[in-house]
Amino acid sequence: MKFGVVVFPGSNCDQDCVHVLRDVLEQPTVALWHQDTGLRGCDAVVLPGGFSYGDYLRSGAIAHLAPIMGAIKRFAQDGGLVIGICNGFQILLESGLLPGAMLRNTGLRFICRSVTMRVERADTPFTNRFQPGQIVRMPIAHNEGRYTADAKTLRDVGDQVVFRYCDGDGRLADAANPNGSVGAIAGLANRAGNVMGMMPHPERASEALLGSEDGRLVFESMIEALVKS
Amino acid sequence: MKAKVYITLKPGLLDAQGKTVKSALASLGFKGVSDVRMGKYIELELNGAKAASTKKNVERMCEQLLANPIVENYRVEVVGKRAE
Repeated sequence: MKFGVVVFPGSNCDQDCVHVLRDVLEQPTVALWHQDTGLRGCDAVVLPGGFSYGDYLRSGAIAHLAPIMGAIKRFAQDGGLVIGICNGFQILLESGLLPGAMLRNTGLRFICRSVTMRVERADTPFTNRFQPGQIVRMPIAHNEGRYTADAKTLRDVGDQVVFRYCDGDGRLADAANPNGSVGAIAGLANRAGNVMGMMPHPERASEALLGSEDGRLVFESMIEALVKS
Repeated sequence: MKAKVYITLKPGLLDAQGKTVKSALASLGFKGVSDVRMGKYIELELNGAKAASTKKNVERMCEQLLANPIVENYRVEVVGKRAE
């Protein structure tokens, strides 16, 4: 299965994603440049973390207008798998491929640490290798990760939440919500289930050497979903 | 002519930055500041066009890029109007 990792000016997690997909999971993987207008036959697209366009205006606000995003929107509308990680999640929100928006963390700090999350949906193309309710650990590294949406949107997307921040026992608690996200939302899919955004970094938790292998299951889930389709 | 764009966080959304600035003002001894809301200010230099259509045009810019209507409100002022 061929993966494409998009590189914007200011992306800084793109090579980590390429490394996990190509070296750890042995999948053909190409870097897609933001000025590209096609996806070079990729079966799945990764929007990586970083500070695309310096986070100017708002995180993801400029990136979602890049030429490659036109191709990614068409790909997503046709059911193609698209995952946005951290800044990639912010780009998906700005592009409207996922509902809602990001605000600055309630504590105003850039937070770089490992968090625990509860798997809310284990039946998506991004989480089929997890168990429902499983507690997983991955790192976050962001300043604008406070997910928010209006009340109606929140009601509509309730069952599209894929990951929620939780404590070590799987309970939702303010102390376990690092950025103040409404509903402790850490990861969210679209209605069709083929587009997902998440603030934690699965690519930084894909090898035992790095302290957690939970993130690898996200990419393995995508591979499994692609093989099955 | 010039357009001035004021972008503010919607009421009801927690403005963590504003809250921090508020407590910093209190620590300096300024009393009576009951709330602080932070925002963005953007100036656009515009050529041609009439004030009315310019305002509409800048509002479209706000909807599509300058503001995120999900979490932000915007207000546009057009100054230095040409004779219509």
